Amino acid sequence: MSKRILAVDDSTSMRQMVVFTLKGAGYMVQEAADGQQALDVAKTSQFDLVLSDVNMPVMDGIQLIRELRALPNYKFTPILMLTTEAGAAKKMEGKQAGATGWIVKPFNPDQLLATVARVLR
Amino acid sequence: MTIDLSQFKQTFLEESDEGLDVLESGLLSLDSGTADDDVIHAVFRAAHSIKGGAGTFGLMEIADFTHIMETLLDEMRDGRREILKKDINVLLTSVDVLREMLEAAADDVPPSMERTLEVKKELEEALNDNGSAQISDQAPLEESEDTQSLNGDMVESGEAFKGWSIFFKPMEHMLRTGNDTVRIIRELDELGAMELTVDLENLPDFEHFDPELSYLAWNIKLIGDIEKSQIEEIFEWVDEDCELNIETLGEEGNAVEMASSAEQPEQEVSEEQQPVPQKEGGAVATPEVELAPVSTLEPVAEKVPAATTPGVEKRKEKRKSSGEGGSIRVGTDKVDTLINMVGELVITQSMLSQMGDEFSMERLEALREGLAQLERNTRELQESVMRIRMLPISFSFQRFPRLVHDLSQKMDKKIELKLTGEQTELDKTVMEKIGDPLVHLVRNSLDHGIESPDQRIAAGKPEVGVIQLNAYHQGGYIVIEISDDGAGLPRDKLLSKAITQGLASEHEKIPDEKIYDFIFHPGFSTAEQVSDISGRGVGMDVVRRNIKELGGNVEVTTDPGKGTTFTIRLPLTLAILDGQLVKVGKEIYIIPLVSIIESIEIEADKISSIAGGNEVYQLRDEYLPLIHLDQVFRMEPRELRLQDSLMIVVEGDSGKVGIVVDDLLSQQQVVIKSLESNYKRVEGISGATILGDGTVALILDMAGLIALSNNEMDEYRPRAAS
Amino acid sequence: MNDMIEDINDKLGELDFLSDSSNEQHLTFELEGESYAIDILRVQEIKGWNKVTSIPNSPPYVEGVINLRGVIVPIVDLRKRFGMPEVLYTKTTVVIVMKVYGEVHDRTMGIIVDSVSDVCNISKDMIKPAPVMRGVISNDFVQGLTTVNDRMIIIVNIDELLNSGELALEKVS
Repeated sequence: MSKRILAVDDSTSMRQMVVFTLKGAGYMVQEAADGQQALDVAKTSQFDLVLSDVNMPVMDGIQLIRELRALPNYKFTPILMLTTEAGAAKKMEGKQAGATGWIVKPFNPDQLLATVARVLR
Repeated sequence: MTIDLSQFKQTFLEESDEGLDVLESGLLSLDSGTADDDVIHAVFRAAHSIKGGAGTFGLMEIADFTHIMETLLDEMRDGRREILKKDINVLLTSVDVLREMLEAAADDVPPSMERTLEVKKELEEALNDNGSAQISDQAPLEESEDTQSLNGDMVESGEAFKGWSIFFKPMEHMLRTGNDTVRIIRELDELGAMELTVDLENLPDFEHFDPELSYLAWNIKLIGDIEKSQIEEIFEWVDEDCELNIETLGEEGNAVEMASSAEQPEQEVSEEQQPVPQKEGGAVATPEVELAPVSTLEPVAEKVPAATTPGVEKRKEKRKSSGEGGSIRVGTDKVDTLINMVGELVITQSMLSQMGDEFSMERLEALREGLAQLERNTRELQESVMRIRMLPISFSFQRFPRLVHDLSQKMDKKIELKLTGEQTELDKTVMEKIGDPLVHLVRNSLDHGIESPDQRIAAGKPEVGVIQLNAYHQGGYIVIEISDDGAGLPRDKLLSKAITQGLASEHEKIPDEKIYDFIFHPGFSTAEQVSDISGRGVGMDVVRRNIKELGGNVEVTTDPGKGTTFTIRLPLTLAILDGQLVKVGKEIYIIPLVSIIESIEIEADKISSIAGGNEVYQLRDEYLPLIHLDQVFRMEPRELRLQDSLMIVVEGDSGKVGIVVDDLLSQQQVVIKSLESNYKRVEGISGATILGDGTVALILDMAGLIALSNNEMDEYRPRAAS
Repeated sequence: MNDMIEDINDKLGELDFLSDSSNEQHLTFELEGESYAIDILRVQEIKGWNKVTSIPNSPPYVEGVINLRGVIVPIVDLRKRFGMPEVLYTKTTVVIVMKVYGEVHDRTMGIIVDSVSDVCNISKDMIKPAPVMRGVISNDFVQGLTTVNDRMIIIVNIDELLNSGELALEKVS
């Protein structure tokens, strides 16, 4: 049974790339363009992994993580931040909100797949 | 596995284009103080996205450049930096640079670095100002992996070791971060031979056991040729959520500094008598060090010599014209309407077809109704198809805030731009072609219309001048108004210039509107010096000609001291024309209705010949040259006598002319078909159409026709009746 | 004649453009008693003669334009183009609508001929170079000569012919 991944990023090209890469590796993928959309989608289907950008309109990545962690079925789900900001501050914030870890942009498809595989084994 | 990312590059470029628009309009509103709270965040996000995407798609110069912008914007959005005008100006210039760089990327050529480096410097200076000096803590983007700094475990790194001893105790909440202890241990296992003992010390009894919390700790021996960094990487995400200690394994295979007394080999449960002295989990896992402001942003990533900038101009042009035959985004609502229309057409068609199968004269009325229905369906379909090509004029208007901002600064004038009717739609191609004329008119208002702040105050006007762009539909046309509350057109100057140019005589009484209309004549700039703002050689006459070519017209009205308004009328589509069918000899031609001033029955006594065998017609107080199509087009001469013919009066560049026709036929909307695509351009003809009977009729092009006829005749300038 | 036109149009419709044999098929037509041939792949359709709308200031051999299912197509009188004596157009006058390839872009044009004959196979090795011919047709337009059933057939280079002289398109600089 394929693992289900939710990809969240307000940049269409980024989203497309991630979705394409993951689907190509056999994962089932859904996408959302901001935190609120992601939250709505996450409530209707169960995902095994959430990949989310940090800076998004409406609801940003950090808030999304908080909201997801508050849901009973996402307490332990791996949530990875996709961030260009290697700075400690953002990562700290993410961790405090409950993020599992992060992937630093720019990443190439292989890196993405390796990290996802790592977390979903 | 290599995945081809280039397919997403196109989306990224389009997205970035939009992002740049957001950046620009956001910066402008921040500048004018009209921005609400969200704007700075949206602006930051736009830069952030472009940076991220650029890095992903390998456009490192763009990523580097955008990174500085992003840093600046980050400080602004966090409130660590005041939003200053000069910084906004630098950022606006950066937007321009980014546009160029993105265009280069779209054309797959390396970007021209000259300007980029200049502006980069300016950005860096801006960053270093104001004390918030740290160029951000991001390591050079070439590294895509987050590497933790190895903090001084110099002794231990760089040497292959027999192994490591790791103490790992997740904090209670660690599982709630989605990190899985089992996964971490498994990853360690992959690094080398592992021996592992679990420490159950903190495990509570069953009643108090909460399965969501973590109570266990592990002592792990990892043997093999392993770098410390590899281990640290595995714990990277959880270093704040656990206690961690990584020590080298001595030669003997015993842990150095391992404070546990009882150590059992293999996975046995060991009972710890003493609590293992914990080093705080921070020993190895240090938070990210702020890198000193290294010049990581120096153009090290330069792989490209400074390309010449002429390439940029070319690309700009190419980009402008690439809109033709390009693609268009259509709202699904328009497509749905279209589908409905076609559905109705199909129904009508099948109804008529059925009628045709069993027709009798009694059903004639029903047939007529059916045909009327067909006509309605076709017309509705036509209208909804045309709407597909239509886009809101906001696409055209959106360049003006920036233009007005830059130019008004340059000219030391205070100008506010108001845009209304931006949602008014027009044909995509018409919009592309009206762009330059609009720019010229706005520049004109900026330059000659609006006075300097001092002048305005002296005149009792508010210091800030207003330029307003408005658009609305009227009939089958779109009307665009450009108005300013400036000084108005200088009537007397215009009049004297007209006299000098021989367009009017001193003693004539010329109505004001005609005087103001003179500005559209070639060579008619009344500015003392042609300022480089409005440009040389691109005069109002070109503006009018361009608009005429689109099947429209432009007029000006002014109120001395109060302001000027230019009014442009354009057909909603280039594909259809309102035409007057005329018969000339054996042929039928079509004259665009918009060009026709009036139609006159020719009176013999008003005709006079002038030198060269050319004829003129006296119409009230003007003499109009007559154009004989059969002569100009070298056709068989008409049979109808001149005095029995009609004259269609049309507006030419330098005055009115009369086209001689046999008869006026119907007025109708005609679909413009290309004559050029299978033949070639014919002077005097703008296209062709297919009449109801299936034959082809040619559509006359006024400007070309007049030019042709001028070549036939001697040059003639209309003069007033004496 | 109408039957023949229908026949040929049907054949055109059935042509399998991928098969090798069609590469060598030519449509033959008559002008002033001589037989000519053109590559069948360029022939779009064959029509009878209809009223034409004249084009201002056009060369005499450009008769005008017609409406071909919504597209404006110019019609060239080959007799006039070749300087042959003019004849009146009749019900049997035929217009061959062709695809003309050009340096600038492709065009659809029609040529008026006296009549069309059949479609025949003319393979490359059957085509002999034309001797320099005095007068009527410039060698630029002639690809070569061949003989079929004892008749000499002149193979015309349609692109050269219909892109030459005043029909030529200006190149965009």
